[in-house]
Amino acid sequence: MSAPTHPSPQGSKRSGEQAAVEQRTLLVCCGSGCLATNAAAVADALAEQLALSGFDALVKTGIKRTGCNGFCENGPIVKVMPDDISYYKVKPKDADAIVASLQGEPVQRLLYRADDGKRVLRHLENPFYAPQQRIALRHIGTIDPESLEDYRARDGYQALEKALSLSADALISEVEASGLRGRGGAGFPTGRKWRTAVGFETACSYVVCNGDEGDPGAFMDRSLLEGDPHGILEGLAIAAVAIGAERGFLYIRDEYRLAQQNITKAIAQTEAAGLLGDDIMGSGRKLHLEVVRGGGAFVCGESTALMASIEGRLGEPRAKYVRSVQRGLWDQSTVLNNVETLANIPWIILHGGAAFAATGTEGSSGAKVFSLVGKIKRSGLVEVPMGSTLRHLIFDIGGGIKGSRPFKAVQTGGPSGGCIPENLLDLSVDFDTLTANGAMMGSGGMIVMDDHDCMVEVARYYTNFLAEESCGKCTPCREGLRHMLRILTDITEGRGQAGDLELLEQMGTTMRENSLCALGKSAPNPVLSTLRFFRDEYQAHIHDKTCPAGVCPALTAFSIDAAVCTSCGACVKACPAGIISGSKGAPYRIAASGCIACGSCREVCRFDAVRAERKLHT
Amino acid sequence: MPEPEKNVTVQDIEAIARKYPAEKRFALAIMQDVQREFSYLPQPVFEVIHRHIGTPVAHLYALATFYKALSLKPKGQNVIKLCDGTACHMRGASNLSKGIRAALDIEPGESSADGLFSLELVNCVGSCALAPVMVINETYYGKVTMESLPAIIAEHRRASCEDTAASCETEVVA
Repeated sequence: MSAPTHPSPQGSKRSGEQAAVEQRTLLVCCGSGCLATNAAAVADALAEQLALSGFDALVKTGIKRTGCNGFCENGPIVKVMPDDISYYKVKPKDADAIVASLQGEPVQRLLYRADDGKRVLRHLENPFYAPQQRIALRHIGTIDPESLEDYRARDGYQALEKALSLSADALISEVEASGLRGRGGAGFPTGRKWRTAVGFETACSYVVCNGDEGDPGAFMDRSLLEGDPHGILEGLAIAAVAIGAERGFLYIRDEYRLAQQNITKAIAQTEAAGLLGDDIMGSGRKLHLEVVRGGGAFVCGESTALMASIEGRLGEPRAKYVRSVQRGLWDQSTVLNNVETLANIPWIILHGGAAFAATGTEGSSGAKVFSLVGKIKRSGLVEVPMGSTLRHLIFDIGGGIKGSRPFKAVQTGGPSGGCIPENLLDLSVDFDTLTANGAMMGSGGMIVMDDHDCMVEVARYYTNFLAEESCGKCTPCREGLRHMLRILTDITEGRGQAGDLELLEQMGTTMRENSLCALGKSAPNPVLSTLRFFRDEYQAHIHDKTCPAGVCPALTAFSIDAAVCTSCGACVKACPAGIISGSKGAPYRIAASGCIACGSCREVCRFDAVRAERKLHT
Repeated sequence: MPEPEKNVTVQDIEAIARKYPAEKRFALAIMQDVQREFSYLPQPVFEVIHRHIGTPVAHLYALATFYKALSLKPKGQNVIKLCDGTACHMRGASNLSKGIRAALDIEPGESSADGLFSLELVNCVGSCALAPVMVINETYYGKVTMESLPAIIAEHRRASCEDTAASCETEVVA
């Protein structure tokens, strides 16, 4: 057998004796996304092929299951290290080719195909990863989330060690200097929160990690909890050291089983290793952490509701005349930080607050994780410096709109955020700019929409979500959402009336000013922002009884353009009502009755032959 | 409706409750464990938890109806969680809901007549890049289409029937 000819970043100098002991690791992404596309079977198949190949003599190989690489749409992802070759959409049957490639050429067909059609070898040449700057996500996709050794081998728990050697004041000053603001949505300066908490003398104090990620369209917290559990624990431990807390809780959504498992395992590992528990790293300080499963209520992402839920009470928010840093859990001083916020903390302590503040904008330092989803070519999790433009995120990293359709809007900030139209694509993405434009950073969900998305329906969708999730404690939120939903449903179903829009605006303003918690105060945002930027679309629904995007079933009828139809038959298979007929060579037709106007045929048509028209009411 | 209560005893629930210290804060966790074990909260659960941690039954009932993870009605053997989060909604989750209705004759929140399936519309399962996503029991299905939907449902129907082959047959004979 010959020495491996595989290219490696270290160059081909490593030949001869060294090559004989060269160690290769196959990293198999086992984030939730890749697991859904069968990553576990891929890992097993690779292990089996490696065992069969008997490569260990020449090339020491190992398999490591890692957390989410972020590029979930192209999963399962397998990386060959240290060569840094990334394979996408790997199937179990590709295992033999990958194992064989360890002694030959890379498997071309599994490499990512960039926009220019060229195959890219390393993940940093991939347009999705190249512009990213990873701070919170620094370990994800490289380390094995179930291995404490792996985390420690990458400076894990060194920041905690450093934090223990600093005074509380120096530690908090470092976080203040970083300018880090809460990543959960509100953007409150983390250092200031810690500083305030120290000022209140209560019998004891608590730290809480908010992992109740409820925004539909955002999954960075899940990815972090699953892929870098020790990173989150270290961040939480540093917060505890700073404020002198001896107990902490991680409140994790019920749906995130893998995240709960990985964190629970990580806590046990750190206690066994003496990193946390009765004596943190030999400092004589204590910290006991516990996982609390969320009950499945969106409002529990609100800090006071979350704390009520931990205490075993109903997850309802309270008025914040007294902040939870003063009286939080069981009326004791409590610091609550979001998962992504905590993920940044160890990096800040190790590299210094100034280094963190050097990235991003003046008011919003550092980098932020966004989940790019919706009608976008490359969807997934990305981390970019604050202040990047929406255009950069959506078109450079995300590759633009799927199927090269026209961009219509991007919805940022989850259900309480807003929709931003095309003419504002050059906005800088930071806390203050987004808020000034009627949207918000929120937790960093970015849902991209094209011309086949109806903005009235989007507003109705979010309002419906919020109406279901409103806890009902205060009247403006509970009743406001209910009535907004009724009006929006009427509009999308062709019963809109003159005066509806003004009424929606009036209700929105009332809710914004008078609701108890942030959920209610921001609940009208989807309606108000779409009204601000897409008012004509509302008016078309109300006055012309037409849905310009061809989405609202009550107002839309579909037909097939005979001149364009190639009679490929894709629409027939997609039609849930089974009312499309035709034969090869002749254009297909949608039957006059029975159509539910779902638009499935239009979505699958590759020739743009399906037309949406105004539905004529007889 | 799926057969309720038959197999659930007060002792079963007590065994679950006793895994937790007698503190008020564990009410939700106990109920979640019971829910996971029996796929719903059988009536005795409130009395048992009340005796264990002292929280009033009315308060426990409030918790049970507040949190989505808890259900007072038995769920089907296979719980279909159809994600209707934003990304999935935009990529056609509502059509899939119609497809499931066509296949199983159930609306979100209902269980099929044979007790094999129940359907839940959930808000976001955090796998947005694979939208639309459907989760059956603990298995994730990404990029589900109207075409792939029937096969996925059939797969679970087959698996359930194999599991309970004996009881299925006796029912048929009877």
